[in-house]
Amino acid sequence: MIVQAIAFYAFAAVTLAAAVMVIAARNPVHSVLFLILAFFNSAGLMVLLGAEFLAMILVIVYVGAVAVLFLFVVMMLDINFAELRQGFLQYLPIGGVIGLVLLAELLLLLGSDAIGSIAPAVASSAPTPPINEVTNTAALGELLYTRYVYLFQAAGIVLLIAMVGAIVLTLRQRVGVRKQSVGKQLRRRREAAVELKKVVPRGGV
Amino acid sequence: MDPHALPALLPALPELWLCGAALALLMIGVFGGDRSTRPLCYLAIAALLVTFVLLLLGPEGRTVTFSGMFVVDPFGVFTKGLVLIGAMLAIVLSLGYIRHEGMERFEFPVLIVLATVGMLLMISANDLIALYLGLEMQSLALYVIAAFRRDSLRSTEAGLKYFVLGALASGMLLYGASLVYGFTGTTSFEDIARAVSVPGATDALGTLVGLVFILAGLAFKVSAVPFHMWTPDVYEGAPTPVTALFAVAPKVAAIGLFLRVMLEPFAALAGDWQQVIVVISIASMVLGALAAIRQTSIKRLMAYSSIGHMGYALIGLAAGSAEGVRGVLIYLAIYVVMNVGTFAVILCMRRGQGMVEDITELAGLSRTHPMLALAMTVFMFSLAGVPPLAGFFGKLYVFMAAIHAELYGLAVVGVVASVVGAYYYVRIVKLMYFDAPTDAFERPIRGEMAAVLVATGVLTALFFVYPAPLLAGAATAAAALVP
Repeated sequence: MIVQAIAFYAFAAVTLAAAVMVIAARNPVHSVLFLILAFFNSAGLMVLLGAEFLAMILVIVYVGAVAVLFLFVVMMLDINFAELRQGFLQYLPIGGVIGLVLLAELLLLLGSDAIGSIAPAVASSAPTPPINEVTNTAALGELLYTRYVYLFQAAGIVLLIAMVGAIVLTLRQRVGVRKQSVGKQLRRRREAAVELKKVVPRGGV
Repeated sequence: MDPHALPALLPALPELWLCGAALALLMIGVFGGDRSTRPLCYLAIAALLVTFVLLLLGPEGRTVTFSGMFVVDPFGVFTKGLVLIGAMLAIVLSLGYIRHEGMERFEFPVLIVLATVGMLLMISANDLIALYLGLEMQSLALYVIAAFRRDSLRSTEAGLKYFVLGALASGMLLYGASLVYGFTGTTSFEDIARAVSVPGATDALGTLVGLVFILAGLAFKVSAVPFHMWTPDVYEGAPTPVTALFAVAPKVAAIGLFLRVMLEPFAALAGDWQQVIVVISIASMVLGALAAIRQTSIKRLMAYSSIGHMGYALIGLAAGSAEGVRGVLIYLAIYVVMNVGTFAVILCMRRGQGMVEDITELAGLSRTHPMLALAMTVFMFSLAGVPPLAGFFGKLYVFMAAIHAELYGLAVVGVVASVVGAYYYVRIVKLMYFDAPTDAFERPIRGEMAAVLVATGVLTALFFVYPAPLLAGAATAAAALVP
């Protein structure tokens, strides 16, 4: 028990510290690296919760794909971050006030009973896989490919549309590009490529 | 039931077919290149036609499949039929345009078909997640189609604007859906209906807040005031046949979804959402009538006109009765026909370098192209709601439903707004018949355009002769939604 508590506080503290550093770091590359640290520690928290599938997905998708993409973008685009940051202090007072007002409203709302009363529970028709017997991954798969197969396939179509859309909007057929054509290279014969000239000594070509 | 059993696929046959057809078209396009655009357009129309037939052959009554996430009922069949007709006609209208304007890329018909699949899924949604996925599928394809002329600044601006604001609306809708899920414990429409109809459920403020957010998201999709800001810019910037598509198919699908969400899961909260709908409806009608007066671009004018028309359609929803739903469905059917016809005329406005969009270009059309002017006159009078044209009956049925539901104020505002709105429609007729003609349009009417113009014109003008099939169909569909 005590080990778990220590692990939790360690992961949580590092996550928070890394998250603060993401916005505080001067160098944008450092920001992305701190983001990766935050992701790793959140994955640790997920493991503590027994959600190992989410933890692995967080590492694979967010660290492996998204953060690396960020890194590419930060490195490749010439963004002047100092300039972006310039307005920060200027807008801090008004932004802070708006944030405080929002916080106060939320607290008032939570304090009142109105929002606390949840509609009477409905016997949920959604089946739950035996979470203590199988792994997360198996339990998710059990539902995703049976009960939710329609949504799974629909999400697939949405992704296909996104892909087609990205190609439609950005792919340009460039003309006059010299591409390597292996067939053409192999078809080339010695006779067509090399011409032997008899060079007379001291005669020039 | 065995959870591993294959769900019943037959009720979803039209959607599955269209989805498969879209993938097949995509493959043909990928291997055939942009030369295959025209055959692909024909194939897309054929695929939509087959879907329409499959839809009519589908199961009668209400069927639910995919673990209760997908519903097929007469209401869905009616709205889906309208969506398919709208999408088909939009592709027909685009045939000439994409060739002239150098927009012949094979993804165009494929994306329209995929957007149509999304619209069908929206209408059949019986679950909040299914609703969202259908909506996103539709929207994502439409964002891309709006920006399809990527070398044109206005088209890309339209696409970007639509995308950013659409994403915001999706966010609101998702936030609302999460609140509803949190406070009712389910995403299924039937279970939500049960959860909100138990006594004391209306005390749960969270559900109401969620409902309002969902309402806002849906109001954005039908471009009702105050979520209409994107409409004029997107309509103006998008290529004209795309605007024609935007004006019909997604609107019908979104109104269909709107009706289903309000009248199925949240029927018990009718007293709460009714007020919101009444306000949205009045604001849309008034803004649609007043803002259109000063427009000079015919596409912007049609955008404000569509905002106003959505206001009229929402009157039927505000009534909340079976009669109101019937009114909305009749209104939508007539709206699709009128709008397709009007956009066919707009697409005929070509001269020399390309399309012209200013309404003064229509001046003296009665002398240069008398038949085109006649068709436009029919559509304008019908949009204004002049009897005995079809548009009048559309308005008549929703106003009647409002009066029977004792929403007198709404009906009065509606009538006043349609009188004010008549001004800008009639002004176009005046321009065409009484002003000095400008140059003639270039070879205005192609074969398929003429067919669309004649068909929509005759339907609009002679609707009153034989309205029975539409009225009966709408009544059956409405009865399925409101018992």
